[in-house]
Amino acid sequence: MNEALNIFTRGFVKENPVTKMLLGLCPVLAVTTSAINGLGMGLATTFVLLGSNVVISLASKAIPSTVRIPSFILVIATFVTIVDLLIQAFSPELNQALGIFIPLIVVNCMILGRAEAFASRNGLWYSVIDAVGMGLGFTFALFLLSALREVLGSGTIFNIPLVGEDASTILVFALPPGAFAGLGLIIAGLNLLEQKMGGSK
Amino acid sequence: MNEISGILLVIVSAIFVNNVVFARFLGICPYLGVSRKLDTALGMGFAVTFVMTIATAIGYVLHYGILVPYKIEFMQTVMFILVIASLVQLVEIILKKVSKTLYNSLGIFLPLITTNCAILGVALIAIQEDYSFVTSVVFAFFSAMGFILAILLFAGIREKLEEADVPKLFENVPIGLISAAILSLAFMGFSGLVK
Repeated sequence: MNEALNIFTRGFVKENPVTKMLLGLCPVLAVTTSAINGLGMGLATTFVLLGSNVVISLASKAIPSTVRIPSFILVIATFVTIVDLLIQAFSPELNQALGIFIPLIVVNCMILGRAEAFASRNGLWYSVIDAVGMGLGFTFALFLLSALREVLGSGTIFNIPLVGEDASTILVFALPPGAFAGLGLIIAGLNLLEQKMGGSK
Repeated sequence: MNEISGILLVIVSAIFVNNVVFARFLGICPYLGVSRKLDTALGMGFAVTFVMTIATAIGYVLHYGILVPYKIEFMQTVMFILVIASLVQLVEIILKKVSKTLYNSLGIFLPLITTNCAILGVALIAIQEDYSFVTSVVFAFFSAMGFILAILLFAGIREKLEEADVPKLFENVPIGLISAAILSLAFMGFSGLVK
């Protein structure tokens, strides 16, 4: 049980796919203009990761190792198509906002990375925990950055205004440069946090 | 004439205004990953140009030749990624046979390209924007040029940063991202050039 807890929590901090491993940064930077988009993208990616980890951990013995990468990509692409169609059907606004980055979940290196490094070598149970942990870690990082950008760039959070109508906001945070700067600041902030905690690991 | 000015607009837009890295956020992983040295950055850039242009052309033909007539457009993602993955393998095999020097300089970047979202992204955008075949290929080639421009500029900055005295908290990744933010700010100056 301890092992399971360890696998689950490391996706959040120690091996957070975004802030530590720098994987899958394209959607992280592109869709984080508002907190809702960030959460939507994070959960869509988590779903794909969970699906692909489950299938790959079950099927890994049947896949010859020479064709494993193309097979993994095919499994991932299938789940991405499912998510794509689901989002188109149930939330046209989210589909509009995330746009091309939904099909691009296929090439999120985090998912292929987990398939190759974890799911193909571990059983179903651990693979599920790994997918949920990593997926939520990814979602958490997306949420952090998108909340920061929405508050600073538009003065709202989840579309609820925080400042008065006529208050000026730091518009640049809603624009592309704000994505790079915001992520840079968040990683530096996490470094500071780690330093303050006295390097407990 | 109209055709030509349209293509010129696509070129300017692909390199500067809607730069793949700074405006569309595609290909960030290689952008941050292999931009430590100018020459590796250039190698990656050429490999991307090669694959991106061919993948977009093949993707275009398959999309309008197979997916649209049979009304199975939802298979787009699966098909495009298969095209890219097999193309990368093919290019690798051909390069190995044809030119040893080219293979030696581009070889290590090729496997990485399969998961470079800029390739899939550009191929998908070309379809979304309803570009003609020629425009799609031009768009793909010059998007890759935009990628090379971005990665070269960044590699240059990073080589300088190596010698700079950066606050400890900002070392490596954070300072890289903040430099990228400033570069991207500079590229925003081009917006408005093309609608």
